[in-house]
Amino acid sequence: MGNSVTLQIDGQPVTVAQGTTLRAACDEANHAVPTLCWHENLTPANACRACVVEVKGSRTLVASCSRVAEDGMEVQTASERVLNARKVVAELLLSTSDASLAPDLLSLADTSGANPDRFGGGATWQQPVREDNNLYIRDLSKCILCYRCVEACGDDAQNTFAIAVAGRGFGAHIDAGFGRDLPESDCVYCGNCVAVCPTGALIGKTEWDLRSQGQWDESKITQTETVCSYCGVGCELDLHVMDNRIVKVTSPADHPVTHGMLCVKGRYGYEFAQSEERTD
Amino acid sequence: MGLTTAFGSGAGTSSYEDFHHTSFILLVGSNAAEAHPIIFHHIMKGVHNGAELVVVDPRKTLTTKRAHEHVQVTVGSDIALVNAMAHVIIRDHLYREDFVKRATVGFDQFAASVAGWTPERAAAITGISAERIESLARRYGQAPSAMIGWTLGITEHHNAVDNVFSLINLALLCGNVGRPNAGLNPLRGQNNVQGGGDMGALPNRLPGFQDVLDPAVRQKFEQAWGVPLADKPGWNQTEMFEAIDHDKMRGLYVIGENPIQSEADSDYMRRLFSKLDALVVQDIFLTATGEMADVVFPARVSFAESEGTYTNSERRVQRVKPARKAPGDAQDDLWIVASLARAMGYPWPVQGAQEVFDEMRHLTTNFLGMTYERLEQENGLQWPVPEMGHPGSKVLHERLWAPEVMDKAAFTPVEWSPPVELPTPDYPFLLTTGRRLAFFNTGVQSNVYDHPHKIGEWMEIRAEDAKALGMEDGEVIAVISRRGRVEVPAYYSDAVMSGTVFMTFHFPDEVMTNSLTIDATDPRSGTAEFKAAAVRLERLQDSRAEGL
Repeated sequence: MGNSVTLQIDGQPVTVAQGTTLRAACDEANHAVPTLCWHENLTPANACRACVVEVKGSRTLVASCSRVAEDGMEVQTASERVLNARKVVAELLLSTSDASLAPDLLSLADTSGANPDRFGGGATWQQPVREDNNLYIRDLSKCILCYRCVEACGDDAQNTFAIAVAGRGFGAHIDAGFGRDLPESDCVYCGNCVAVCPTGALIGKTEWDLRSQGQWDESKITQTETVCSYCGVGCELDLHVMDNRIVKVTSPADHPVTHGMLCVKGRYGYEFAQSEERTD
Repeated sequence: MGLTTAFGSGAGTSSYEDFHHTSFILLVGSNAAEAHPIIFHHIMKGVHNGAELVVVDPRKTLTTKRAHEHVQVTVGSDIALVNAMAHVIIRDHLYREDFVKRATVGFDQFAASVAGWTPERAAAITGISAERIESLARRYGQAPSAMIGWTLGITEHHNAVDNVFSLINLALLCGNVGRPNAGLNPLRGQNNVQGGGDMGALPNRLPGFQDVLDPAVRQKFEQAWGVPLADKPGWNQTEMFEAIDHDKMRGLYVIGENPIQSEADSDYMRRLFSKLDALVVQDIFLTATGEMADVVFPARVSFAESEGTYTNSERRVQRVKPARKAPGDAQDDLWIVASLARAMGYPWPVQGAQEVFDEMRHLTTNFLGMTYERLEQENGLQWPVPEMGHPGSKVLHERLWAPEVMDKAAFTPVEWSPPVELPTPDYPFLLTTGRRLAFFNTGVQSNVYDHPHKIGEWMEIRAEDAKALGMEDGEVIAVISRRGRVEVPAYYSDAVMSGTVFMTFHFPDEVMTNSLTIDATDPRSGTAEFKAAAVRLERLQDSRAEGL
């Protein structure tokens, strides 16, 4: 049995391949745990603690996104301790951050029975929106410091390393270096940080503008899968179209060419298709 | 072209995921981080998994920044470098003798051809020391598996095909083809370059790279299409331009290209195109080429308004679908071509993209097992897919690893020759061209969106070169070649070597870089030497004074 391990998840025996994380094992056992910072194409950052489970013999709750399953482990995904931890994680994040565009956080709050006002009135991360370019916006009031953007910009995908977490404790924040505006930083505007952001803290300028004007209407948006027309890599694109206008471009996270990542041309270089100067 | 000659099909031999688990990645004339950013993600996965990354490029780029070693060669010296690597690998018996014996032909001749290519001789040409060349050769030769990737730094030279042959020779020596994590990969510059070739948009090929000179092939297509086919290859682009020049071709139909701005020596192009009796341009914008046309057909944007497929650099055929309605009378390329044929009296049926694809796949083996349904469900498929149940081919030429190899791969000895234009006292700098990350070709697509780095064209020049001419950082200067003159801001940069300057052709309406470049084409591929043109630099007051 060198290549597999057997453990118990909520009392049910489960056999998984060696190296499988507890999160993936729980998924296989149909006892999925909630996640916020975990992303299928990024290295787990162990930042949010939403995915904690109880492992028999372990003094503390463990982050299932990165803890690897071992033979004979006994895992509880819904013990009182676990449920309480999830609830407090949600309550703390809701007390500091604007969750209006964070469906995963709202769902965690909902399923865990979190009281959004429990820690209300304390310090928040509220701050002015940074609108320093016409491709994407940073609204760090919505940030939950999940580190996904940092990893996508770094060695999990883009290898540009334009952003990192700066500051300590409550002062920790995502930064492009010395508080610089993006045009002064190393950013190349691939928008892969935007693609993995789970809270709308990073958001395309077009979507931001349409939302600010009250014109963003999900019910009117169609999504069509096609392929980028720039270089020969063949990146799969999801064109989000509203009123015959491309308003956002994403790529499927499970696509073997892109793994959800694009370059600046693929993600933002579509305006030519809807230029007024087209021949007709 | 080189790949077709050596292996029978002109396509990358690997998949992107082969970069993840290889031991050695050699990029030659490729700035993947800017020109192919998502392939660069795959390359960097391999680097994080332990692969060594070596980038051969005359210029410092975002790609060379991430490399373990940047081999900053002189422009156009690639064959000298690669031949010397082969020399060392053979001299030190680092090559894969079993593979060479079993799967290749022409080794003895090849070995003889590189016998004189000592690292010392290559050092004098490339500017890279003999020790570094020796070391690079040994590391490539000893790597358990190695991937080679290249782009226009290899193919935009007068000896493009020889450049490719030299890389093929290197891979053959070390058995780095036809197996996982090893291969030869041209990173295609445009979205459907591969697909165009796949579909027979080459002068001597029918769909599936089938040879027009083969009577059996011709007969198959004649039967399917009900018309006789010419038994001679057509003209490639260079030959077409020559034919216009010699009044042998009077009409030209240009689909989705802007040759007036994208081809080398644009003033010559303009003269050439004005000789035509009829120029038809089919495009989404009224391009500079369109402005010269007698007739313009407004087209739909292929990736967002049309049905069809593209083929990418790993031979993956993927579906393209309409996401928005095209403006006015703009029509699908397929509809325009078929309607034109009908207007000319041919009874072409009205067909959708899927019907055309189905017709095509039944006339080829590469695509026989591909249906639109499968392409949809399986994230596209990598050709060859010779039958319905076939999963697609991650690696090409696996036949080379069979115990008995029937169809062997051939070494092709190549000799180095310098760029057609070298610096002279009158034109003392070498201009090399390329792309910048946020922009693309002549800017038809990329100059519409609002990128923070969009400040127009600029030239990169070493500070000491600029200062020697009295030029300030950012000063607008004149760049003059034997063919043309442009004015452009020149910024100090340590990306280029002394004596070399760099520009792109992304902003042709302001800076017509291709009025400088040289129309020295490789007759076999028809690609011009965009990477090397001799130029002179002048401060504007001097330049104007001279003109008075």
